[in-house]
Amino acid sequence: MAEIRIENLVKQFGGFAAVRGTSFTIADGEFFCLLGPSGCGKTTTLRMIAGLELPTSGTIRLGAEDVTFRRARERDIAMVFQLFALYPHMNVRKNMAFPLVSMGVAKAEIRRRVEEAARILRIDHLIDRPVSGLSSGDRQRVALGRAIVREPKAFLMDEPLGALDAEFRHIMCGELRALHDRLKATTVFVTHDQLEAMSMADKIAVMNRGVVEQLGTPQEIYDRPATMFVADFIGSPAMNFIRFEARLTVGSSRVSIDGAEIGLPELREDAEASELVLGVRPEQVALTTEGGLRGEVFGTEYLGTTQIVTIATAHGMVKARVPAAVRVDRAEPVGLSFRAERLSLFDAATGRAIRTALYEQPARGGRHG
Amino acid sequence: MTGLATAHSVVDPSPLTKRIAATVVIAYALVTLVPLLWIVMTGFKSPSDAIAYPPKIVAEPTLEGYCNLFTTRSRQAPEYMAKLPPPSGLCDRISRDRNMVIAGPSNYIPRYVNSLVIAFGSTALSIVLGTLAAYAFSRFKVPLKDDLLFFILSTRMMPPIAVAIPIYLMYRELGLSDTRLGMILLYTSVNISLAVWLLKGFMDEIPREYEEAAMVDGYTRLQAFFKVVLPQATTGIVATAIFCLIFAWNEYAFAVLLTSGTAQTAPPFIPIIIGEGGQDWPAVAAGTTLFLIPIVVFTVLLRKHLLRGITFGAVRK
Repeated sequence: MAEIRIENLVKQFGGFAAVRGTSFTIADGEFFCLLGPSGCGKTTTLRMIAGLELPTSGTIRLGAEDVTFRRARERDIAMVFQLFALYPHMNVRKNMAFPLVSMGVAKAEIRRRVEEAARILRIDHLIDRPVSGLSSGDRQRVALGRAIVREPKAFLMDEPLGALDAEFRHIMCGELRALHDRLKATTVFVTHDQLEAMSMADKIAVMNRGVVEQLGTPQEIYDRPATMFVADFIGSPAMNFIRFEARLTVGSSRVSIDGAEIGLPELREDAEASELVLGVRPEQVALTTEGGLRGEVFGTEYLGTTQIVTIATAHGMVKARVPAAVRVDRAEPVGLSFRAERLSLFDAATGRAIRTALYEQPARGGRHG
Repeated sequence: MTGLATAHSVVDPSPLTKRIAATVVIAYALVTLVPLLWIVMTGFKSPSDAIAYPPKIVAEPTLEGYCNLFTTRSRQAPEYMAKLPPPSGLCDRISRDRNMVIAGPSNYIPRYVNSLVIAFGSTALSIVLGTLAAYAFSRFKVPLKDDLLFFILSTRMMPPIAVAIPIYLMYRELGLSDTRLGMILLYTSVNISLAVWLLKGFMDEIPREYEEAAMVDGYTRLQAFFKVVLPQATTGIVATAIFCLIFAWNEYAFAVLLTSGTAQTAPPFIPIIIGEGGQDWPAVAAGTTLFLIPIVVFTVLLRKHLLRGITFGAVRK
């Protein structure tokens, strides 16, 4: 097991820059997620860590070693592919033994390790079956098994749950995390699915257009988004953005939008631009009868314990997550009040978050706290 | 739900359609089989029956054609014949009935062996070179890739025989005329464009992830190629090999032009088997029948791969 340190990684494909100066460090034993929309450079970054792609510039360190230009086979890293890449001409046992054969491990030892991995993944009853007949979940487990038999320095996973159906994906999320807790192996997991990332990762790097927009724990990323992109990408439904113009300076904690006074976390820097964006998560919106921002109910989505109410305001649609018991009717006029200390503020031109008291709060909860 | 089952399926053809289709296919098969059947039957006729008019459909079967195919015979005076010891075998007896004695073996077997060596040799060479080239074209950034692929294909844009004269002169200068090596190289050069194009298609269908997985798991690219890519390309390789083999086995024009003695293949040899008073049709037919066997055996043995190979891609999910 080892720490992975990425510094200023750049990858050009012809004139197109897939990755533009990415830097991050993955601690030993960490479950690290690279999250982003397709084409953001997350898979390219992973492939460079694996050695399947060589970076244009930058360095990749695995433990103490600089492996930037090492061949894939010399890196001692295991990778799980999106389509599993199980060799169809071999059975489950041979697939799982394949990496050990290349390492020259003794036959008895291969047998022991393959069977142990199969037991951990609960596929020991399938071990002599051909892989072609397996369900996608079992294929996934075989692919994981092929990775864990090696006891490598790190695991790389390229959207390993993408080929599974929704129900099974959820189960595998839990299994993967449990497996990680058991093996404590440094894991880099690439996904475009925020739920997978949020539910499994210790740390998430949100990537967009070849750069890391924010790096942090799932709670930090959700509660204190560093950019509008991150705020918009994480969370379902997405964060509401309310655009307004105002001059805000250090220390101010109120803003007036169309006559409505809205409280903010206290500003820690001057907002240079006058065009700003207020970021409000749907669960930070409450429906009130008086004051605040006003609008009328446009529609509701019932979700069981909660419902998402869409309200048409002068500043566009605002979504609110309210208890399902609250009764709202279409076209009903409502007032909106926000939880002041939890709101985000962005510079509309750059998309950067403006530093406020929000960023000094400790993150809520946490996986291990 | 069973009550809702419809009388006919939307996707499956109706039984009547199936029956008509089967009839058409069987009829077509019979029509194409008639010449083949005629050749096989002619092989077992006597020379006079073979050229009888009106044609004899049923004739007394004889192995004279096969005997004549494998032997050369000479006519002898009756006095000489009378002095001979009793015939030693079936062919001996048949030829004595015609007042002839067997002078020695014919050239059929050496020609047949030439055909085997040249056809299988050139097929093997085409497949080895074609597989490696196809893999490279499929996986690597080859400079001028598209132009090279087009150039390779362009060798197929005219009948190969159009370059017969340059090749003839070239081969004479290089000392490759009438050699097995020369014929293997020639057929390989014709087949390789087919092999590269067909195999590139098959290689493209094999996800790169397989090799990448193997390379991450500690194998070199070459090891990954042999252990992971090749086993999955088997179907494509077999289908391509059959096409190459059929071409090389049946090729006639170049064989006539470039071979005469040592390296002559069976196709130019068979039609010129001369008997008494002209073409020995039963021997020609016998030679043809035997000539068909390797391809039939090869194709039947590998037909599972061939079928899957031809429809490959079309039925993949």
